[in-house]
Amino acid sequence: MYTKKECVAMLLAGGQGSRLYALTHDMAKPAVPYGGKYRIIDFPLSNCVNSGIDTVGVLTQYQPLVLHDYIGNGQPWDLDKQYGGAHCLPPYQTALGAEWYKGTANAIYQNISFVDRYDPEYVVILSGDHIYKMDYNDMLEHHKAKNADATIAVLDVPMEEASRFGIMITNDEGDIIDFEEKPKHPRSTLASMGIYIFTWSKLKKYLIENENNEAEDKDFGKAIIPNMMKAGEKLVAYAFDGYWKDVGTLDSLWEANMDLLNPNIPIDLYDPDWKMYSRNPVLPPQYIGANAVVENSMITDGCDVEGIVDFSVIFEGVKIEAGATVTDSIIMPGSVIKSGAVVEYAIVGENCVVGEGAQIGARPETFDNRDDWGIAVVGHNITISENAKVLPKQIISENV
Amino acid sequence: MSRNKKVLGLIFSNMHDNTIADLTKERTMGSVLFGGRYRLIDFPLSSMVNSGIDEVGVITKSNYQSLLDHLGSGREWDLASKNGGLHLLPPFSHVSSGMYRGRLEALYGVWDFIKTSDADYVVLSDCDVVANVDFSPIVDSHIASGADITAVYANDVVTVEQAQKATVFGINDEGRVVDVLTNPYISGACNVSLNMFVLSKEFLKNLVLEANSHGLVSFEKDILQARTHDYKIMAYRFDGYFSKITSMDTFYKANMNLLNAENRNKLFITNRPIYTKVRDNPPAKFGIGAKVKNSLIGDGCIIEGTVENSILFRGVKVGKGAVVKNCILMQDTHVGAKCEVSCVISDKNVKIGDMRMLTGSENYPLYIGKGAEI
Repeated sequence: MYTKKECVAMLLAGGQGSRLYALTHDMAKPAVPYGGKYRIIDFPLSNCVNSGIDTVGVLTQYQPLVLHDYIGNGQPWDLDKQYGGAHCLPPYQTALGAEWYKGTANAIYQNISFVDRYDPEYVVILSGDHIYKMDYNDMLEHHKAKNADATIAVLDVPMEEASRFGIMITNDEGDIIDFEEKPKHPRSTLASMGIYIFTWSKLKKYLIENENNEAEDKDFGKAIIPNMMKAGEKLVAYAFDGYWKDVGTLDSLWEANMDLLNPNIPIDLYDPDWKMYSRNPVLPPQYIGANAVVENSMITDGCDVEGIVDFSVIFEGVKIEAGATVTDSIIMPGSVIKSGAVVEYAIVGENCVVGEGAQIGARPETFDNRDDWGIAVVGHNITISENAKVLPKQIISENV
Repeated sequence: MSRNKKVLGLIFSNMHDNTIADLTKERTMGSVLFGGRYRLIDFPLSSMVNSGIDEVGVITKSNYQSLLDHLGSGREWDLASKNGGLHLLPPFSHVSSGMYRGRLEALYGVWDFIKTSDADYVVLSDCDVVANVDFSPIVDSHIASGADITAVYANDVVTVEQAQKATVFGINDEGRVVDVLTNPYISGACNVSLNMFVLSKEFLKNLVLEANSHGLVSFEKDILQARTHDYKIMAYRFDGYFSKITSMDTFYKANMNLLNAENRNKLFITNRPIYTKVRDNPPAKFGIGAKVKNSLIGDGCIIEGTVENSILFRGVKVGKGAVVKNCILMQDTHVGAKCEVSCVISDKNVKIGDMRMLTGSENYPLYIGKGAEI
C-alpha cells in the first residue's frame, strides 16, 4: 500500500486572463509563453518539484487544449509518477449534474475526492499567473511551526501600489488579524501573492460550508479566508522577499520578460540549484548569421537570426531575416520577421509572419504625450502584410 | 516501408573509436558530441525512429558510461516503449565472444537479443556518419531486389586519408556490388560505404552462426569482401547530406559544415527531427558587448564577448572581451575574459582562465581534453 502524501498542490489554471487580450484568445493564461522557452505555468510547476511536492492537480477550464497538451503526463517536470504526479482536472459531470468551476474555492471543492486520494495533511493552493521562484517547503515549515490553519504568502509592496492587491494586516507575531481586498487606504503593505497553504481537514470543512451557502462567492479571497478569520482560525502570513511578478496584463508580461535581461533584477534562470523545467522542443541549435547583430537578448533553440536583435526575448524556432530589426520586444515561438520589418516595444504571438517592411510598435521617445504610447501586440497565428503598420497600444487579433 | 514488415535496428556505438582517439578516450564514438547539442548516435537513432523502426539495440563495447547516461530509457527518441523500444547491449560474457573484435563477433555476442525480436529485417548502422537517413525506401528496395545484403553508399570525393579509413564499393550496372575495397590507397570520386546495411533476420542468423563456427570476425573483410560473388549484395545510393567522420580533421570540418544554411536545412529536416537528450537549459543569453557572427549556439550559453564561425554547445560561457574564432566549444566550456581562442576543439567542462591565448590551425585544430583547466 502506498503511504499518504504530506502535501499536495492544487494549481488554479482555468483563468482566461482577459487582460492579455489576443494572447489568450486560444489558450488559458498559464499557457502563455514567457522567458524564451517557458510558459507561465512552468514556474509554479518547477517550484513544486524543486520544493519536493510531487503531486499537483492542475485545475483547467478556459481553453484547456494547449495547456493539457503541454502538461501531458507531467514528464518534463518529473511529474510522471506511479503514485502522484501531475493531473489535469477539468470540470466533469457527476450523477447530480454538470457544473463549471464557479470560483477558485468551488474548483477545489469539486476536486475534494482527488485530494482525498492522497490523504494529505496539507494542501498548497497556487495560481498560474505569476513569475517567481519559491520554496514552498519553507512556507510549509512555517505553517507547521506556527501551528496555523492557513498560511498566506505575502510580499511587502510599495504603499502606492498596495491598493492594487489583497492586503493582509498582521500583528507582531505575524498572525493575520484583518484582510482587505484592494483597499483605497491600505493599512499595511503586505500583499497576498495568491499562494496559500491550508491544513486540509480545515480547508475541506470551509469548502463544504461555502458550497452549501448559496449566497456566498465561491472564492478564496472573498469567502474562505474571511470565513476562517471570522471563526477565529489561525491565519498567518509568510513573508517572501524574492522576485515576484503578476503577468496578468500586457504591460506586466512585457516587463517580466524584460526583467530577465536586466542583471540588476533578481530573477535568475541560470541557477543550477533551482532549475526551471519546461517541455523542450526538438530543434537544432540557434544560428546567428554572418551579418547579424545580437546584444542584450535571450534566444533559444531553432532560431535563425540574420538581422538585428537588441533587448529582446526570442522564443524557439523564430526566424529574423537579414535587414529586420527587433528591439525591446518579445517574439513568441515559430514567428517569422521578414526582411526590412521593424519591431519595437512589441509582443508578437506564436507562429506569426511579420511581412517585409512592416512596422510593429514604436519607441516611447517618439511620442510627445507618453499616454498615447504603449506596447503593440500581435496575437497568435497572424500575418501582418508587407509595409503594414501596427501602432503602439494596438492589439491585433486578425490578419492585417 | 510496408507496415507488416517489422524492422529491427542495430547500432554499433564503438566501431571506428580509434579514428578520433582523443574524443573517444572516455566515451564511445556514439557519444561523441556534435553540432552544438547532439551526440553522434542521435543521427542513426533518430533516422531509425523516423523511419518507423521502433525496436533498436545499441551494441557497446567499452567506455559506454556516457552513452548509457545519454540514452537513458530512450524516452527522447520515443523508444521508452513496452513493445520494442531501446535495448542497450553491453558485451555479454559468452564462451566465445566476450570482448568482441569485429562486427560479426559483436552480433554473435548479442544473438540472444536478436533472436527474441520478431523482426523480419535488420538495419545495421555505425555512428561515424552524420546524416538524416530514411531507411524505409532502403528496406523496400532490399525486399524488391531480393538481395541477401543491401549496402548503403554515397558517391563522394575523398582524400587518400579518408579512403584509407573507409570501405569502397565497385558497383555494376544492375547496382550490384562486385568489388569491395577495404581501406584502399585511392583518392577522388568513389562509392564510399556509409556502414549501413539491411539484411533479413533469417539471412543474418545464418551469417552470424556460420561466421562464428568458422572463426570469422570482420563483416567487411570476411563477408562483404570474401563472399562478394557468393552473396547477392546490392548497393543503395544515398543522395542526402552526410559527413563521414574519419579523423579529428574531418570531425572539425563536419561540424563547421553546419554553419552553412544549405547543409543545415538538409540535415535538420522539419518532419524528420534529430532527437537528443533534454538538458533543461535556459535560453542562451547575449550580454552587453556580445558580438556573434556565423555561429551555432546551444541553449544555456552566456556570451559577453566575440564569437565568430564557431559552434558552442549547451552551457558554454564566453567572458567579457574574449574572442572566439573557428572553434568548437563543447558543453560547459568556460572561456575567461579577454581570452583569444581560435581553431580550438574544447571537450566538456574545459575551463580557460582569463587572458589566455590558444591557437590551433584549420587543418590541425588544437584539442583540449575533458575537464582541463588552463
